[in-house]
Formats: sequence, C-alpha cells, structure tokens
Amino acid sequence: MAAGLLLFHHMNFFGETWIGVWLTGLGRLAMMTRDAVGSCLTFKASRRDLLYQIYFIGIKSQAVVLVTGAFTGMVLTAQTYFQFHKVKMDTATLAVVSVSMCDELGPVLTALMVAGRVGAAIAAELGTMRVTEQIDALRTLATHPIDYLVVPRLLASMLALPLLTVESIVLGIGSGYLVGSQLLGIDPVYLWCNMLKYTGDIDIVFGLVKSFVYGGIIALIGCYKGLSCGMGAEGVGRATTEAVVYSSITILIANFFLTLVLQRLFVLLS
Amino acid sequence: MIEARQLKKSFGSQLVLTDVDLRIETGESVVIIGRSGGGKSVLLKLLIGLLQPDAGEVLVDGAPITRMNERQLLRVRRKFGMVFQGAALFDSMTVAENVAFGLYRHEHLTAGEVARRVAATLEMVDLPGTQKKKPAELSGGMRKRVGLARAIIYEPQFVLYDEPTTGLDPIASDSIDQLIIRVRDQLKVTSVVVTHDMRSARRVGNHVFMLHNKRVYAHGTPEELFTSRDAVVRQFIDGVADAKDIELL
Repeated sequence: MAAGLLLFHHMNFFGETWIGVWLTGLGRLAMMTRDAVGSCLTFKASRRDLLYQIYFIGIKSQAVVLVTGAFTGMVLTAQTYFQFHKVKMDTATLAVVSVSMCDELGPVLTALMVAGRVGAAIAAELGTMRVTEQIDALRTLATHPIDYLVVPRLLASMLALPLLTVESIVLGIGSGYLVGSQLLGIDPVYLWCNMLKYTGDIDIVFGLVKSFVYGGIIALIGCYKGLSCGMGAEGVGRATTEAVVYSSITILIANFFLTLVLQRLFVLLS
Repeated sequence: MIEARQLKKSFGSQLVLTDVDLRIETGESVVIIGRSGGGKSVLLKLLIGLLQPDAGEVLVDGAPITRMNERQLLRVRRKFGMVFQGAALFDSMTVAENVAFGLYRHEHLTAGEVARRVAATLEMVDLPGTQKKKPAELSGGMRKRVGLARAIIYEPQFVLYDEPTTGLDPIASDSIDQLIIRVRDQLKVTSVVVTHDMRSARRVGNHVFMLHNKRVYAHGTPEELFTSRDAVVRQFIDGVADAKDIELL
C-alpha cells in the first residue's frame, strides 16, 4: 500500500515536470493523428471545406514560396560559383543548386515558410474557436472537430506542400540559371546540361516525399495547438507561437531522419 | 429523461461539483440556479457529455453516456440542442449557414428545403430576413436567438440553455424567456436552463435545482423554492451579500 502510494506520488510528480507535460502532449498529438488518419480513410471531410483549405494553404501561399525559392536559388548559385570558380568547375554550379534545391532546400524552406504562414493561421483560428466555445458548439451539433476541422486542413496541407515545393524548386533552378548565365557569365549550355546530368529523378522523388510529410507535420501541429490552447487571448497567442516553433523544429529534425531513411531505402531498392 | 448520479468534477486541485444527483423527466422545464462560479455551466456540459466527470454517471434515456467515446457521444448529442452563453456562433458563416449547419451535416435535404426550414426557424425566433447577416453584425440578444435557432432546427428532444439572459437588458431578457417558453410549448422539448437570473428562473422553470457548496442544495417547484425559509436559499433569492461576500470583493 505504502509502496503504491509512493509510486503514485512519483508518477504525479513526473506528470507535472516539463518532460511529463511534453510526453503527455506528444501522446495527445499521437491520438489526434490516429483519429485524423482514421477519419481520412472513411472520407468524413466535406469536399467544400477541403477545396477552401487547398485554396487557403496552396494558392494563398504562392507569393511567399515563390520569392523564397527564387532568392534561395539565386544566392546559392552565386555562392557555389564563387567557390567552384577557384577550381575551374564553373559549369557544375547549377548541378549543385539543382540537387540542393530538390533534396533539401526546396522542401525544407517551403515547409518553413508555410509553417510560419499556415501553421500560425490554423492555430489562431482553431484556438479562437476554442476560447469562444465554437468547438463545443460543433460537438453539440453532433460534429466531430477532427472530421470538420482537422481532416480538411491535413489533406489540403499534404496535397498543397508537394505542389508548392515543385514551384519553389523550379523557380530556384530557373533563377539560378539566369544568375549563372546572365550575371556570372557561365556558359549557359554547359550549365544546363550538367544540371540535367547530375540531377536524378530520385532527387525529385525525395523532395516530394519529404514535402508530403512536412505538410502533415504543419497541419497536425497547428491543429493540435489550436484545439488544446489555453483560455483567453494569451492562450491563443501562445498556441500560435508554439505551432510555428514546434512545427519548424519538427521539420528540421524530421528532415535529417527522412534523408537517412530515404537514402537507405533507395540503396536497398536499387 | 436525463439522470445524473453522484457526479463529481474537479479541474486540477479545484473541486467544482461533488455528489450531484438530479433527474430531469421528459417534457420538464428545469432551471439550475446558483452563484457565479458555482459549477452550473460545468453541470450542463456534463449532462451533454462535453466534459467527462471524475466519478458518477449521466444517463440519457437510460444510456450511460459517461462510458461512451466521442464518436458514440455524437449519436446521443443529436437528441440535444444547446444555446451557449456567448451564443458561440461560427463567425466565418452567415446567419443562414449557422442555422442550417446541423441540417447540412446530418440530413440529406435539397437546398430549397434547407432554406425553407431556416426561414421558418428564424421566423420562430423573431429574426425573419436576417439570413445573409454575419454574426458580427448582430446584437447580443440577436446572437442568442440565432444560437437558439441553430439548436432547435433539427427538432431535438432536449434543449440546454447556458445563461441565456446574461448580459442582456431586462426587455431583451424577457423576450428570450418568452422564446424559451414558446420553444418548449410548440416543439414539446425538455428544457434545461442554467441561470442566476431569478426572474427568468421563476418564469421558465417548472422544477428548480439550486447548487450550493458544490452540491444540489435544494430543489422543488419555483413556488417551493421562492417561498423557502432556508437561510441559504433566501439569501440567494433575495440577492443579499453577507460580510464574507463583501470581503471577497
């Protein structure tokens, strides 16, 4: 009995520490993800809501993603050229830019920009709905918040992120090509041919798989933070900040592990 | 019928309700009164399964909802309509979209049929022609009426009201009370009204429960409670603060 009480006391203490709170949050996020995936498989989301979310996440994020892609491609081309020029490898510049944009920079930077714009908006919207009892109102109207709020955002984000990433990559390589050929004076034919020679289909597939996963991360963390936010304006503000910070960190950590896993899978399958 | 047995609820270390027993018969109009922060709204949310009790159970038409998961609860909640204290209207939608929400989600009706039922329900709550307005364009009383229209459009068995007259002027409060009575009589629903407005409690209820010290302290017909000689009941009904209450301010 005494040992049981002692264990309970320790468990209670553990639950109140930051690691206990963090693990509890992680467990709740996992349960929400399970519910959302189950709901996706049974097609409970409304088509109208899904289309609106695709418009909000995909179309409205164009400007920020395109500017990011273009200027990343441009600066990467310039920096690569400055180093490669020293060893007379100028024409390989765009190949480096292309592989970097497809594998890493395209998916990661697009995801980070979308996390800032969309993750924050999702957390703020759902958080406001929670503090004004709109989430409770949904539940009294026999509507599951996961079906109505989470699933359309999750599907739209997982669909829109790969498309936005492709745009970002294309613009990054295109702007890099223009900077290399027009501004830095690299032979445009060799520049383009080397880019095609060293960029494999698999680089594009890696980028798309990664962006698909990042789309899920952004939507799930944004929705979780919004649905579990504290009361009042302070709670909504905190949820919004945490949604951006946590999804950005998760994307960066996931990028490392995804790179390892995808490379290993590629080696095994080829 | 809704029945609560030995309900207990706390938030963290703060106990809000304990040993709460109540029974609401079909067709009754029940009013739950008590001081602000006394757990009335929490009790209402326990009755509809929006909150889970720490102990005890709630039965709706004999089914123990406290043992159900959220998806099972959704089926039970189709028997309920709820009007929230701040109306809780979906602010991105128009009045018509708010009112039609339940119909769109759960009933396969044509757009024309939905529009006809929305218009009829808005007429019933004295808000005809407001279909295209946004919640931000409405006054507090109008928002509550829209909230009521949204709650009753699919003709539920039970309608729960969370402080329906709070924040309204006496005339608007009176019109909301009349509306609650009209809905009860026309739709033959069971009403549960949480309020600390004594005038409203007397008018709309035929059974009153008073919460005090985290428990159901007294219950009976409005006449029984309003003529009670119990000191605690009297103090609440007469609205008299004692020295301790003044210190708390």
